[in-house]
Amino acid sequence: MNPSTLPNNKQIIIERQNFQRLLDVLKNQGYQLRGPTVREGAIVYDEINLVKDLPEGWTDVQDKASYRLQKRDDKALFGYVVGPHSWKKFLHPPVLKLWEAKRCEDGFEIKEKVAFTPQYAFIGVRSCELHAIAIQDKVFIEGPYVDTTYKNRREKIFVVAINCGEAGETCFCTSMNTGPQVSFGFDLALTEVIQPDRHYFVVMIGSAKGHDVIKEIPHTKASNQEISIAQSKVEQAREEMGRTMDTSDIKNLLYRNHDHTQWDKVAERCLSCGNCTMVCPTCFCTTVEDVTDLTGEETTRVRKWDSCFTMDFSYLHGGSVRTSVKSRYRQWMTHKLATWIDQFDTSGCVGCGRCISWCPVGIDITEEVAIIQEDKAKEKNDENA
Amino acid sequence: MNPKPKLAVWKFASCDGCQLTLLDCEDELLAIAEEIEIAHFPEASRAVMEGPYDLSLVEGSITTPHDAERIQEVRRCSKFLVTIGACATAGGIQALRNFQDVEEFIRIVYAHPKYISTLEKSTAISEHIKVDFELRGCPISKEQLVEVISAFLNGRKPNTPTHSVCMECKLQGTVCVMVAHGTPCLGPITHAGCGAICPAYNRGCYGCFGPKETPNVASLSHWWNQLGVEREDILRALRTFNAEAEPFRKESDNYEA
Repeated sequence: MNPSTLPNNKQIIIERQNFQRLLDVLKNQGYQLRGPTVREGAIVYDEINLVKDLPEGWTDVQDKASYRLQKRDDKALFGYVVGPHSWKKFLHPPVLKLWEAKRCEDGFEIKEKVAFTPQYAFIGVRSCELHAIAIQDKVFIEGPYVDTTYKNRREKIFVVAINCGEAGETCFCTSMNTGPQVSFGFDLALTEVIQPDRHYFVVMIGSAKGHDVIKEIPHTKASNQEISIAQSKVEQAREEMGRTMDTSDIKNLLYRNHDHTQWDKVAERCLSCGNCTMVCPTCFCTTVEDVTDLTGEETTRVRKWDSCFTMDFSYLHGGSVRTSVKSRYRQWMTHKLATWIDQFDTSGCVGCGRCISWCPVGIDITEEVAIIQEDKAKEKNDENA
Repeated sequence: MNPKPKLAVWKFASCDGCQLTLLDCEDELLAIAEEIEIAHFPEASRAVMEGPYDLSLVEGSITTPHDAERIQEVRRCSKFLVTIGACATAGGIQALRNFQDVEEFIRIVYAHPKYISTLEKSTAISEHIKVDFELRGCPISKEQLVEVISAFLNGRKPNTPTHSVCMECKLQGTVCVMVAHGTPCLGPITHAGCGAICPAYNRGCYGCFGPKETPNVASLSHWWNQLGVEREDILRALRTFNAEAEPFRKESDNYEA
């Protein structure tokens, strides 16, 4: 959504000193708060309760295979971009017990699974991450086979989104049309504004639930000036994008270039370690393990995140289909950027840059696309010559 | 009722740590003993039953002519043979001799070298006999050992993924020590199984479980070099408990001074 079309009349101001109140109200409404916090030298998503759990005064500096925390000059609560975690881990748990069975006289009986659905409030969701959640909605809820764990958790969340005031070196959401302005899928959307003498949040209310929460927190109506300051922050982020990806014709580009020599080159560097898929907020693949106990009387079926970079992933009768690393990288990137469009009517990439930052050897999806595109440009020039 | 399957535990050149893992299965040990007859386990009991054995766990590498013969005997009396630990699956730390002159070691270390009968190389069990399953680690993981025994008893494939340690880090939410701290880590080329213990304690992976499936050791060592790791340190990292595992050995040769 274009910032100028945002309905200004719905925007309000919460002063920084009242931010704890927002967390308290959500807690009182029964939500478990999940948000950014500093741990192990990174800003991760975990349980939070107090404003002091937030990464106040911290930012992240990212590049290929590199992420470092750095102190800011100000006391921003959300002055970073995105870290190693995504909200996926709460909605689509990394390890999930599906069911247990017990041997009985005529076979086995399945023990009733006691479904516990946590009710989360996510604090500080970026626009690219809302797009990622929307993509996983298509995968898990909107298709013919509904993932009930995801659906139940998803339906209960309260989303406090945050507009980006700056972009990271590995960000390219503007290329993917997924940010930096939050445009949907939130209960409250905040923009953090820090001035020499004032620290406040411009808040847009996105739902009745959001409205009910705001009623409990001291707030004022946002002035036009405050709104335009907030918008200029987002514009600044838009200008700062560290990377770009040309997505025009990208589906056909990758379909045409199944045999491109670049796949061999990237395979020389790719470790097939699976990190890119694990940190990707849209990658959704899982594997299932059946674990019997020593007596063979009880068995448990467990679901775990899987990656198309493992050999097991493409194991059919007799062996793995994608034995070469080349075929695995090509599968991942072609799915993410091209076949995903056929499958789910959207790209699988939201331009968050996690796969670039967290690849241990700095493979950059935007570079890989650009190299294949360059050759396309050459082809065209050759044809014209 | 059918008699319980018989278990044997065998030791070759090793530190005993892996077979002790079986005794470390405190909570599960009684359950294991309920389901399987511990028939030959000298470290645990002097009572030894005769073979053949349904399941043999073999620890250690082959380093002497005597052991090279003995392992053939073990194979002959074992229906299903599982090697446990880096010594048995890759030659172990003692395979560092493979890069040196063993005769020289013997002359320097022993007062009477003539009493020493040893092979030039320390080698994995699979180089001598057919092995039915290899369980990695230095030492092996207790949970994985129970899983392998449980899978054997239930006639199924054990859940011991061969992918990278990175996947274990990510599943438990551990922040990547290489990307976030610049700490050299062997996780991306190392076989999972330990539960990614070292990165969880802010250290790089030491590669105790040996190479993962399709490891790209050259790419990782190149990146280590860019992180500022000296060539001799890359050599040392690759030459530890799994020095003789082919992907590690091959790349480490490139860093030999």
